Amino acid sequence: MTVRDFQQAFDEKIDREIAIEPRDWMPDNYRKTLIRQISQHAHSEIVGMLPEGNWITRAPSLRRKAVLLAKVQDEAGHGLYLYSAAETLGITRDEMYEQLHTGKAKYSSIFNYPTTSWADMGAIGWLVDGAAIMNQVALCRTSYGPYARAMVRICKEESFHQRQGYEILLQMSKGTEIQRKMVQDSINRWWWPSLMMFGPSDDNSPNTEQSMRWRVKRFTNDELRQRFVDVTVEQCNILGMKLPDPDLKWNEERGHYDFGEINWEEFWNVVNGNGPCNKERLEARTKAWENGQWVRDAALAYSEKRKQRAKSDTKAA
Amino acid sequence: MPEQNSNKNEWPLWEVFIRSKAGLDHKHAGSLHAIDAQMAIENARDVYTRRMEGVSIWVVESKHVHASDPDSSGAMFDPANDKIYRHPTFYDLPDELTHM
Amino acid sequence: MKNRILYTLQLADNALIYGHRLSEWCGHGPVLEQDIALTNISLDFLGQARGFYQHAANLFNALPLAEKQGMFLSVALEEKVKKGENIDEDDLAYLRDGWDFRNLLITEQPNGDWATTVARAFYFDTFNHLYYTQLQKSNDLQLAAVAEKSLKEVTYHKRWSSEWVIRLGDGTQESHEKMQAALNDLWPFTGEMFRMTDVEQEMADGKTGVDAAALHSQWKQDIVSIIDEATLQLPEGTRLQDGGKDVRHSEHLGYILAELQFIQRAYPGMEW
Repeated sequence: MTVRDFQQAFDEKIDREIAIEPRDWMPDNYRKTLIRQISQHAHSEIVGMLPEGNWITRAPSLRRKAVLLAKVQDEAGHGLYLYSAAETLGITRDEMYEQLHTGKAKYSSIFNYPTTSWADMGAIGWLVDGAAIMNQVALCRTSYGPYARAMVRICKEESFHQRQGYEILLQMSKGTEIQRKMVQDSINRWWWPSLMMFGPSDDNSPNTEQSMRWRVKRFTNDELRQRFVDVTVEQCNILGMKLPDPDLKWNEERGHYDFGEINWEEFWNVVNGNGPCNKERLEARTKAWENGQWVRDAALAYSEKRKQRAKSDTKAA
Repeated sequence: MPEQNSNKNEWPLWEVFIRSKAGLDHKHAGSLHAIDAQMAIENARDVYTRRMEGVSIWVVESKHVHASDPDSSGAMFDPANDKIYRHPTFYDLPDELTHM
Repeated sequence: MKNRILYTLQLADNALIYGHRLSEWCGHGPVLEQDIALTNISLDFLGQARGFYQHAANLFNALPLAEKQGMFLSVALEEKVKKGENIDEDDLAYLRDGWDFRNLLITEQPNGDWATTVARAFYFDTFNHLYYTQLQKSNDLQLAAVAEKSLKEVTYHKRWSSEWVIRLGDGTQESHEKMQAALNDLWPFTGEMFRMTDVEQEMADGKTGVDAAALHSQWKQDIVSIIDEATLQLPEGTRLQDGGKDVRHSEHLGYILAELQFIQRAYPGMEW
């Protein structure tokens, strides 16, 4: 078969919604796009452990502490599933870490915002995980098999994340005046960054068209963002809180909520490394990695020694 | 499996298979890194059975998995297409016949 | 009854403070799989702590008012008692200060590097394994039930930490040295596990608690077999770092509590 034949077979599979599997022929750019997207997604899970992780030791009750710990641990698991999916494309986890630590690979900008109150644990679960789920549910049908399977597992596990976040806010909103204030303050800080999670608007998203064509992406950034706004407004009303957007209103004609313009300057600033916590997050990851080097080396050295011993034992016998 | 672990300092990759309950097959759950089989099983327990997903775990180092070649999948699998006589519905039997 | 409550709190405090320490690793482990493993262990301890605190709270709530008063030095708890309110697991975890905490000093020691965390786990897990095996037989059925559930968990913990002692001890030169240093550093804290306080003695005599002193030789035997396999040396020297069980703590506990209890202290009496 010629490259053109391969290309044709690949295109046909995509059109017929047949999953692409690791050993199948795929265009270089498809592979590259997937590695970029999956590793970025994995990095987001891993870096995403940090803003919530720093409240584990301060959670206000033993139940909340256990739930938060389990949730942050799930994120580690999700990162792991995604790294594994990317590894089927011929890149190693260490190479992906290298890209993260040197700033070559991106991760979701939302995690560069600081978590300054307990209500943020609620807002992250509700808004940030809510936005992530919008994306992830769509990705369960993405064209690359290992990625889609990882997403199915992740979505299954993720369903408690949003609920626990919302429950935190609901409990607080039924509490004292100061707790309600804390909730509102948190929503004010997380709303816009959550909308930014869907990425640049469609006319500014150079990769969208090709990704849609390859069925790596199933919906455009703006489509998913709109869907998120539509479902979130009602959830916010139940909390008795306000979303910080004066332009937010129901548009009968469109059948959707209209909402205000995202501050794209802020978006690009954070993406480009100038957000409030970019430096801390990367430092924390790099430190964990570097401090762990001797541990990883030791374990590997131990297993090598044991293999050698087993070999010489067999010889002796 | 594609060639992995070009970096020799990286822990080897393992494939994890989980039996979700007695009586069912082990099913591929995903992969992970570990230095040896023992650690791979324990890591699999911690990573893939946090929600009681399993009662038994198999692990195999990824490099030991041999796979069929997708480019010859035509030769491998298409010949089975016309062997419908292997399937029970191929046989035309009277409706009143039961327990078969 | 007072001593039974204090005894239960000692078990609860051990699990909470140690679980809290382990939870500090979440997101910072040397390898993703082990980050997840350690968090599982931390969650196990949190679960144990809750089981013990709930039992202690129930025992406490059943006391007549006169016996409740003055049991704790906590102003907030004393307020609740005065108002006739029942207390729960969170009140015990979040409203007592250090001089009401009865955990072993080893559980509050900082995580340090991976070897230090492993050494602390190794000593404590090996102890817990023996301890819960005995506590299952307690004539306090609640304690026995928590012990039975916990024993399965600590059996796994013990395996986890023992394996890491062996890997690090028999790994590289660097890891060997770090592992030995960590074992040596924490050795002085291991004596406290086996020294019987009056409370413990009374509980052991009444078949409610465990005779920890009697576990020492088995513990040492277990430790030595792993240390040998790891090509390490059993530390020597005195083991006088002691006092947590008598509410005399190291400086570390204060910082742990400052963090752990921050929200309950800054916003008293609210539901979260």
